[in-house]
Amino acid sequence: MNPPSETGSPSPNPAESPRYRTAGYDSDAQLLEVSLGPQHPSTHGVFRMNVALDGEDVVKLKPVFGYLHRNHEQIAEQVSYLGSMPYTDRLDYFCSLSNNWAYAAAVEKLAGIDVPERAEYIRVITSELTRLVNHTSFLGFMLSDMGAWGTVLMYAFREREKILDLFESLTGSRMMGNYMRFGGCRCDLPPGWLEQARKVVDGYPAFLDEMESLIATNEIVISRTQRIGRLPADKAVNGSMTGPCLRASGVNYDIRKVDRYGIYDRFEFRVPLGDHGDCYDRLMIRFLEMRETLKILRPALRDIPEGPVMDPKARQRNLRPPEGEAYARVEAPKGELGFYLISDASDKPYRYRVRPPSLINLTLLEDLCLGEKIADVMVILGTIDIVLGEVDR
Amino acid sequence: MGITAKNFIASYTKPESLITEEYPEEKPKLPENNRNFPFLVFDDDPDAGLRCVSCKICERECPPQCIYIVQERDENGRPVKQPKVFDIDISVCMSCQICVEVCPFDAIKMDQEYELSSLDRFDPLIHDRQRLSKSNEYYHSIHPAEAAAVDAVLAEKAARKAGNKKAADNES
Amino acid sequence: MTALSGTIPVFASLEGAPIALKAWILGMLENMGMPEPFLMLVSIQLSILGFFSVFLLLFVLASWFERKILARIQNRRGPNRVGPAGLLQPIADGIKMLTKEDIVPVAADKVLHACAPVLIILPAFLAMAILPYGKNMTPVELEVGILLFFAVSTATELAVFMAGWASLNKFSMLGAMRAVAQILSYELPLILAATSVVMITGSLSLTAMVEAQGGYLLGILPNWHVFTPWGFAAFAMFFISALAESNRTPFDLPEGESELVAGHMTEYSGFKYALFFISEYLGLYVVCGFAVALFLGGWQAPLPFLTFIPSWIWFFAKILCLVFVAMWIRGTFPRVRVDHLMNFAWKFVIPLGVMVLVSAAVWHLAGRGPLGWILSLPPLLIPYWLMARAYGRNYDAGGRVYRFAE
Repeated sequence: MNPPSETGSPSPNPAESPRYRTAGYDSDAQLLEVSLGPQHPSTHGVFRMNVALDGEDVVKLKPVFGYLHRNHEQIAEQVSYLGSMPYTDRLDYFCSLSNNWAYAAAVEKLAGIDVPERAEYIRVITSELTRLVNHTSFLGFMLSDMGAWGTVLMYAFREREKILDLFESLTGSRMMGNYMRFGGCRCDLPPGWLEQARKVVDGYPAFLDEMESLIATNEIVISRTQRIGRLPADKAVNGSMTGPCLRASGVNYDIRKVDRYGIYDRFEFRVPLGDHGDCYDRLMIRFLEMRETLKILRPALRDIPEGPVMDPKARQRNLRPPEGEAYARVEAPKGELGFYLISDASDKPYRYRVRPPSLINLTLLEDLCLGEKIADVMVILGTIDIVLGEVDR
Repeated sequence: MGITAKNFIASYTKPESLITEEYPEEKPKLPENNRNFPFLVFDDDPDAGLRCVSCKICERECPPQCIYIVQERDENGRPVKQPKVFDIDISVCMSCQICVEVCPFDAIKMDQEYELSSLDRFDPLIHDRQRLSKSNEYYHSIHPAEAAAVDAVLAEKAARKAGNKKAADNES
Repeated sequence: MTALSGTIPVFASLEGAPIALKAWILGMLENMGMPEPFLMLVSIQLSILGFFSVFLLLFVLASWFERKILARIQNRRGPNRVGPAGLLQPIADGIKMLTKEDIVPVAADKVLHACAPVLIILPAFLAMAILPYGKNMTPVELEVGILLFFAVSTATELAVFMAGWASLNKFSMLGAMRAVAQILSYELPLILAATSVVMITGSLSLTAMVEAQGGYLLGILPNWHVFTPWGFAAFAMFFISALAESNRTPFDLPEGESELVAGHMTEYSGFKYALFFISEYLGLYVVCGFAVALFLGGWQAPLPFLTFIPSWIWFFAKILCLVFVAMWIRGTFPRVRVDHLMNFAWKFVIPLGVMVLVSAAVWHLAGRGPLGWILSLPPLLIPYWLMARAYGRNYDAGGRVYRFAE
């Protein structure tokens, strides 16, 4: 029943391998090795964890990814600069517009293209809406990982649908936006879009209140998230974790504040920080971030100026940036999303590299899960908030 | 529990809180920008009026390479500005709209037809030229504002061309 | 029967309808000259047929009901394609289940694998035999009915463990172990809660318990056990433990799909899976039926002027109310964790159960008047408050304060 051990020799009991003995576990203990995934209801796609269990406690956890590998980076080196824009949608399919922005920013840096002001506003609005979409569906998925039978998920999807309708009328597609272009955005806002967006933003606090009273004060949620999967700040920094998970550990690091890219310096918003770094903090930070996001969206929707949305000098097709390299990063909903490009002055990038927040946050999974119960593994995985499209690329 | 009870009751008392669209009976109203798969625009005649001149820019730019074009040749073997074969494999197409953006002749546009399922996974999913050709009126019906803008641009181009021709005639 | 029942003959005749029907069939057979032993056999068969068909119908209804309720809670429409308002959906599901391929894992213990789904459905049916459905409508009048219920309901875990063990699947095994631990720990509070009723009634027979709850206080408030301090606590305990017994959310750990795929049912498909499914719903009905009989006055009408409605209608109406609450809970709460579940049972519910016994004893001695209220409340409230405080100390339930960086 036991799979062969890592050295290849079939070992009847994994407890006999030296690794467990040094870990301080009783070698007589009967460990149960379970392979969670790749087909498992709550691994968010095709992700696999080889878990060794002592009763219900996790003794060892080995994440195995790559089941969804699609050669994203290699493909991007074979198609034109414009051609890999739609592929970036498919990295983290909840946040396609943030991904678009990060890639567009990298190419703009490489080719030295300016972005008109209206386009900057649209970028901020769409990527903050993306953050709402991501965090809202995060709450739903996380609660269904906890076994809440989809009620929260359905409420979350009900609200998400409103934003996806906005995206559809703007970009033509609900999730695969493919909207940003080098030097601006593909098309201007359709008539009436801003009013519709304002209505959605104004309706959001009521939904957040509903969700908070449903989730944040629920005894079972509290008992299942507080003091579970604690991540100290130094460990989080060492593991180069970014995004809400890092801030839940109390590290003040938000690229919107650090880099002040785009026009984020024009908006007043705060960065919520947690003190415990446990699952509950990671959950609550998302609530608070959504409220801060609304604080950005309201003035942005009010102050958006008229004007062109594309830099007329920027060319999309046959773009041949000068030789050089560029790295651009944005604060995607899940963390720091960066694109690193090297140009050899041809119409294809010589090197194209993504720094995906999901993958790098996921590398800390084992540290978070050791010693917890198997049921907590799902909750911890849920709070890290991964999307397999981005983990495996 | 109060919140779930409230939603339970609201689903009976407030019809707008039930957001499900009952699909086959009520179809979603698609926004103008909605895009699904590309189609080819023709002006008057589905055969000769096709705007596509088979320049193959879209074939080259298509990120997943789902377009396949063979240029038409006349009886002397000289290329004609018409596609002989224009296939789009919609099982590969990812609806990214890049072909639309790069087309200099406004010949390829995004369709909104979504009922495309078939029992066979090969032939019905490769849309050939005949299936892809749709009239300009159809284009107007799905993207009114965009189509009007395109028509204006085309009319301007035609006028300029006619003007150039006239100027050339006058000169000669 | 009150005077009202005379004015509404339909209800009056409905009251005894099931019994009259049975008597009519038996009488007809007797006239045909059937021997006495055969008549007895037919009598038994008729009762069995009666509640089999009623409960299977209820099961069919419940699965539709549950899907509709959950859907409405989640702002969806629920099944609405098959039949009017989707009422035929369970039948369509049944056909699908029956026509599915029955997969047995190669390495599974085939005999046990096949036995488990049969075994799991038996206890539910056995326990049904002793439920008092209405006046004079207890299929098997047992002096020790409540004992049979506990004996039989514990047998479920044998079947669950058989299913988990025979599947030879790690998820099944984990699920089965959880199920056994859970059912064993929640058996105790269940028994403690029922014991308090036994103490007050002085009988182990369910019929006697229901009859003890007849009559009305001040002419309006029914004399149900749930309206006494100890009875309310015992009812809450009983209901929570009953949810755990029947593996309902938030205690559906054995099949917790986000962790264990489907627990002990992982390797079952087709009709065998359907049997697990049926037994889950029937189990829910049975425990709700016992909760009704023990605490909610069984077939007694809630208000004196409503007694013209037949007693068995009341009984089923009360069961359906409890089932609705169970579904509502399922639509609201996430799943608890296995160690929390055990802690909750052993450190909270069981000590409280002991205090419920004390409270019931005080109530019994002090009489059922105001004095009984005053004296029987402290043994419940004080430990509840103390334990809730100790329990809550582990968490910042009041909400945390978060820092903000500018």
